[in-house]
Amino acid sequence: MESKEMRAAYADTLVELAATNPEIVVLEADLMRATGTGSFQKAYPDRLVNVGVAEANMVGIASGLSATGKIPFASTFGCFASRRAFDQFFLSANYARLNVKLVGTDPGVTAAYNGGTHMPFEDLALMRTVPGLTIAEPSDPASCAALVRAAAAMYGCVYLRLPRKAAPYLYGSGEKFEFGKSKVLKDGKDLCFVSLGALMAGECLAAAKLLEAEGINAGVIDALSLKPLDSPAILAAARATGRIITAENHQIAGGLGSAVAELLAENSFGGGFARVGVRDLFGEVGTQDYLMKRFGLTAADLARQARAMLGA
Amino acid sequence: MNKTRIGELEGIAREIRMLTIDEIGFLGVGHIGGAMSVVELLTLLYYEHMVVDPAKPRESERDWLVLSKGHAGPTLYATLAHKGFFPREWLHTLNQGGTSLPSHCDRNLTPGVDMTTGSLGQGFSAAVGVALGLLMQGRSSKVFTVIGDGESDEGQVWEAAMFAAHHKLDNLVGFTDYNKQQLDGTTKDILDLESLDEKWRAFGWFTQRVNGHDFASLDEAVRRAKANTGKPSMIVMDTIKGKGCSFAEGLVSNHNMSFGMEEANKAIAILRAETVGGGA
Repeated sequence: MESKEMRAAYADTLVELAATNPEIVVLEADLMRATGTGSFQKAYPDRLVNVGVAEANMVGIASGLSATGKIPFASTFGCFASRRAFDQFFLSANYARLNVKLVGTDPGVTAAYNGGTHMPFEDLALMRTVPGLTIAEPSDPASCAALVRAAAAMYGCVYLRLPRKAAPYLYGSGEKFEFGKSKVLKDGKDLCFVSLGALMAGECLAAAKLLEAEGINAGVIDALSLKPLDSPAILAAARATGRIITAENHQIAGGLGSAVAELLAENSFGGGFARVGVRDLFGEVGTQDYLMKRFGLTAADLARQARAMLGA
Repeated sequence: MNKTRIGELEGIAREIRMLTIDEIGFLGVGHIGGAMSVVELLTLLYYEHMVVDPAKPRESERDWLVLSKGHAGPTLYATLAHKGFFPREWLHTLNQGGTSLPSHCDRNLTPGVDMTTGSLGQGFSAAVGVALGLLMQGRSSKVFTVIGDGESDEGQVWEAAMFAAHHKLDNLVGFTDYNKQQLDGTTKDILDLESLDEKWRAFGWFTQRVNGHDFASLDEAVRRAKANTGKPSMIVMDTIKGKGCSFAEGLVSNHNMSFGMEEANKAIAILRAETVGGGA
């Protein structure tokens, strides 16, 4: 399957947007070599602002830039984008109703060798509490490019969660994406996985394959947009299959699993429901494969959950 | 600046001071100390230096003011009302539900307020971002920003200070309201800032230190700051917390005070008597 680095999809799209929109600027906090926006700097040296190791200031400056009409994309590791610059993003950007696009890379276990200090399992939970904020985690290079374009096109703050590593294409170039809309990656009759992000989309598809061999027909919804959540599509899948399992590279508290649980409970869904994600643990160092097993995020974990729910 | 103009500005400052005391007194509680210490500065900026149009507060060619010490909002509101951005009657709506005048500045609620501030240190970064954005757009507008001395404890101030000097943002003029008192006590006791002007110089800013209540020297400093090129400017203003408000000036605990119209009117009467006696 063809793949592309997610950070390349991000940076290439910014270069493309900047060609026709002079207000697009990119901010970095000394992680440009990791987040991959060096190509943007090469193309538009005067429009990439590297603030040094100062994420709070980066978000403050991005807010000021947006007050003058600029459209700033500020990128850094997700742990710093959320935990370190949260008050700045909350107040200077969101509460002030400005137009800042914040990009948190290396989500969850993809932080791998950077370890627990750099492993955001809580960024989505924090961001979900910000009123009116748009939050998305693309699942492949095509959805990444499309959602970066969508973020630039709308007025208002956006938090995009991106792994920087290569991810296989799940969608063709003609596919349309918008905030608040999910995609059906696979139809299923017995249950439906709802996944967020490239990593978990891949694991859910693999789990569905494992289950298929056992005669269990599992569907996969690629949530893409955490806020707004595609409530109609998820509710419809819940009612059609009677069973929902969420899958996220994040704490089960406050992220996708919580959002779907709230949706289902508030709509009197009485079927099966389970959350696969990190269960109240801090991050650790290790290979991504090790960490996926350590935190129970693999296809095998998802399949086990499905079997348990079906009593199989 | 000639003596006549200084006299005029002193008269305006007195009116803005009276409006601010009345505004907070009508509510019954507020940040009177730090509101009083920036009266001369805001008067000078809005009546002598800033390019603004009260009828078009978002005019693209305007100068900007980011009051990073957002709790001094009531002084800014009194100044904007005095300047004609909105009716003076609004001042009595301070902090009431649905008001356009919240305790801390909000760019979306108040005509003439350029940035939402209140979480200390953040407005300063935003002002730096505005200055950068205006330079990128090739505009000649100036950005004025005011931080408190207690606010200078925030690390974000110094992150932004390094950035502004590195990027040679000479369209940015900062002011520190150095009234030597923060909420819990004196800056000397809580977290000593000295030597504050030397710190700013070391951070690469064109730095001046003046009496923040003296129009002649403050005006001279602002003129030099506006003419300065290649560096951002910081004017450290020695000020008095509660300045000119008879019942607040000189108190250690005047950061946020409860007082009613009776006290407010006494303080206003003293200022009014100065107007008559001083012949402004």
